[in-house]
Amino acid sequence: MSASAAIASTGGVRTNEARTAPAVDVADLRVAFGKVQVVDGVDLALERGQALALIGESGSGKSVTLRALLRLFPEGRSRIEGRIHVAGRDVQALTRRQLADFRGRDVSMIFQEPLLAFDPVYTVGRQITEAILRHERVSKEDARRRALALFERVRIPSPERRLDNYPHEMSGGMRQRAMIALALACRPQVLLADEPTTALDATVQIQVLLLLRELQRDLGLTIVLVTHDLGAAVEVADRIAVMYAGKIVETGTARQVVLDPHHPYTIGLLRSRAEGALAKGARLQTIPGSPPDLAARPPGCPFAPRCFLAEHRCHGEMPPAREIAPGHRVACWHADEASVAYRVGPTPVRAAEPASPGPPGRPSEQGV
Amino acid sequence: MSVIPGTPDPFAEDRGGPAQPLLSVSALYKHFPVRKAGGRKQVVRAVDGVDFEVLKGETLGIVGESGCGKSTTAKLLMGLIARDTGQMLYDGQPVGERSMPWRSYRRQVQMVFQDSYASLNPRMTVEQSIAFGPKVNGVPGRQAVERARALLARVGLEPKRFAGRYPHEISGGQRQRVNIARSLALEPRLVLLDEAVSALDKSVEAQVLNLLLDLKQEFGLTYIFISHDLNVVRFISDRVMVMYLGRVAEIGPSDAVLAAPSHPYTRALLASMPSLDPDNRTQKALLAGDPPNPIDPPPGCRFHPRCALAEPVCSDAEPPLGAVAPLHRVACLARQPGSGHSAAPARALAA
Amino acid sequence: MTQPVAASVALDGGVLAADDRAHGQEAAFVPSRGFWGHVGHRLVRDPVAMAAGALILAVVVVAILAPWITPMDPYKGSMLRRLKPVGDATYWLGSDELGRDMISRLMLGSRLSLFIGVTPVLIAFVIGSGIGILAGYVGGWTNTVLMRTIDVFFAFPSVLLAIALSGALGAGIFNAIVSLTCVFVPQIARVAESVTTGIRKRDYIDAAKLSGASALTIMRVQVLGNVIGPIFVYATGLISVSMILASGLSFLGLGVRPPEPEWGLMLNTLRTAIYVNPVVAALPGVCIFVVSISFNLFSDGLRSAMEIRQ
Repeated sequence: MSASAAIASTGGVRTNEARTAPAVDVADLRVAFGKVQVVDGVDLALERGQALALIGESGSGKSVTLRALLRLFPEGRSRIEGRIHVAGRDVQALTRRQLADFRGRDVSMIFQEPLLAFDPVYTVGRQITEAILRHERVSKEDARRRALALFERVRIPSPERRLDNYPHEMSGGMRQRAMIALALACRPQVLLADEPTTALDATVQIQVLLLLRELQRDLGLTIVLVTHDLGAAVEVADRIAVMYAGKIVETGTARQVVLDPHHPYTIGLLRSRAEGALAKGARLQTIPGSPPDLAARPPGCPFAPRCFLAEHRCHGEMPPAREIAPGHRVACWHADEASVAYRVGPTPVRAAEPASPGPPGRPSEQGV
Repeated sequence: MSVIPGTPDPFAEDRGGPAQPLLSVSALYKHFPVRKAGGRKQVVRAVDGVDFEVLKGETLGIVGESGCGKSTTAKLLMGLIARDTGQMLYDGQPVGERSMPWRSYRRQVQMVFQDSYASLNPRMTVEQSIAFGPKVNGVPGRQAVERARALLARVGLEPKRFAGRYPHEISGGQRQRVNIARSLALEPRLVLLDEAVSALDKSVEAQVLNLLLDLKQEFGLTYIFISHDLNVVRFISDRVMVMYLGRVAEIGPSDAVLAAPSHPYTRALLASMPSLDPDNRTQKALLAGDPPNPIDPPPGCRFHPRCALAEPVCSDAEPPLGAVAPLHRVACLARQPGSGHSAAPARALAA
Repeated sequence: MTQPVAASVALDGGVLAADDRAHGQEAAFVPSRGFWGHVGHRLVRDPVAMAAGALILAVVVVAILAPWITPMDPYKGSMLRRLKPVGDATYWLGSDELGRDMISRLMLGSRLSLFIGVTPVLIAFVIGSGIGILAGYVGGWTNTVLMRTIDVFFAFPSVLLAIALSGALGAGIFNAIVSLTCVFVPQIARVAESVTTGIRKRDYIDAAKLSGASALTIMRVQVLGNVIGPIFVYATGLISVSMILASGLSFLGLGVRPPEPEWGLMLNTLRTAIYVNPVVAALPGVCIFVVSISFNLFSDGLRSAMEIRQ
């Protein structure tokens, strides 16, 4: 408790302007590598203290979108266009020097593989104190004290001893926590998380997801989480944005997207999950085909070739994102038909849960 | 009718009848020596006394976290590493002895690996990879290639477009289809799927799961399906085996094990599955910390240091696999009458 | 209204049809190039490697045609016309200490120089790959015995080893080739072993074992194709070393014997003329340098062309 208080109390050194603007404000973001347009017109807005999950399959551009928020690409080989405002700063306008300060201090990032974030030849504690010393003028002792508080904050057992561990001496889940501690070292306003739990075991994954939620609540952190796992998204995020072929096809609160999906792709994702199967051994509903080749992007809606509602117009004209309810935007010409089809369909995900004897994730309620 | 020529394979035919398990494994052990700092010798007890049976025509799911021994078990079953002790009976025949040499066994038992890319030779076309097995078993080249093409078509890849492709030229889902086709090239009866869909995107995973269901029916296959994803295991398996630190914690019909788990560990695993309901998110993780290292497993029940039901007796006695319902067996003292655990039921199940 | 939903429940046939549509024209009928096709394609776009390759090709052509295209008799000397400078009206590149035409001798010399430079590497490539792949694939005791034996050769600097072996065997082209081969076998074997060890643990090798293939079949079909590329690149890099060592042996009188022209030997006999006509004396050295660096650059180009991320 004292740890989080210590972290929160000294956070107010930034300018007022940076404190009032939305945490993430991205408009018409386009990222290309060579001729391949990986991100193709993404709009994102996220209030302070909110958690957003970007979900999509491999190649959907979700990770690239996340990295674009910190301009984490080699200069010459990528082209980033559009407005990127994060934590009140115009990321596109930052010089290289300013960008280096911005990364880690205002916005920091955690990855799937913690070993990439740490230098194997220094102790974890030393790397965290150095991150603090790099961005702030504090004494070495204070930095160490803050590193210890961070370790307590991310619930690493016997933190004093663990600070002197090398990265390889920690288990996978602990390394992930240590990386989160490192990311929080300079009290960033925004935390970007790129598939942070994908490599973890199930029982560890849920601990890390709950930790992220707790940090968001207690520190007022803004979180952007990239994941391919709808379950992980629901556990952490207030809002969910579904990406497909470099575009956001549906965005809304977690409830809106998961319980009232309006885009055929979101519906397909929900339906193809094994827990949504009608009966054991019955065939799963699938999204036919595979994602488009981004180098030869079809005109019109990128999902049209795989969509059960596609008609002539879908193949020729990209539908604009339309607001169908406050905060719920869908890019589909047939959003309403899709929604109706989902609701009358055989397996609404919500309805199936009470019916089955052991809904996933709820055994604690059944009593021991 | 087998396509593999030569002497008629005596093992291709069913021997013991439908009631005899296709594979039964007993007292399987595998310890790996490791040298820690200071030169002290230690052993990783990767698989530490595992017994189970695979029934004909069923799908047995094996679940567990890293270090539980499920991948080592897979390698032991395939003979890719040698077991320390233990016996494996394939349709009643002891595997690895004269009556059932490994070579004959492997025609009957094939495996699909998790990493679809690493399990295909990058310098061979898809067709060559599939035809390799039949070729080394004496099928003439032309026929082997024809068989490869037929299998490609069967797993949903048009031979004309895909046969000549290299692994890096096709998507992950397509590669895994190729791996499945290769595993079927020798007409096995048992296919071991080691995290075969774990690396795939959800929508592709669903396609591959459907394919596996179809193939099983068409070729009368038996599956061992290893996965960490309980939802997928629940969907595809008839029976489920839960492993923890090299031992079986619970085994039984998947409806029973995953709907009403008996072992506290299975319970915790289920509680760790992320919720899909935004109004009803997970509030508390049942387990803290990481799965422990199988180098120095705790005495008694291996799960007791993390278990909510642990009592002193749990650190003394290693719980045997006992029945809690017909076909449903659990290695937990709290479920076994007369174990000395205060929560143990009063009388034994009449089984 | 339920109609479209039913349509989304696709059978595999449906998957395929939609897959075709999704991929559209993309690569559907482009024949696969395969690994070596890709390497060639990338190599052609590397100007340095192509220039080096062209130079090597030119030298090889000259070496093959040398007896017919030399402007003068490379063996016939004239005491009156010794050590003419480069640019002489008759001797374009001057003449040597016995008055023989330099350009003719350099052209003819390329034959032996290339031969005793390339042959040992080729032989060592075959033997070394065999030893290395065997040691790498089989592992265990076989590996230990083979690789430790090979390590013994690494105790000597390669120049010293080549000279010692040549000295023991006696002068002559054949013995020079044998001793150079002995120098390169351990080096290639070591590379082959490490590449093979890296591949041995791959899943596709396990899959091949499961299909019942013998170790020899697996090595031939599954391993060889994956390791031969890196070993080959390493071997082409050794050609430059081999040429220099071979010249060195001839220079010391352990390789080719006079009056046969060979660049290393020519360098030796011309060394007395270095104060009289340094440019001519340096010419064989320039040839050795240019050809060996060409092999090196070509090998580098090949290496980077093979680094295809797959």
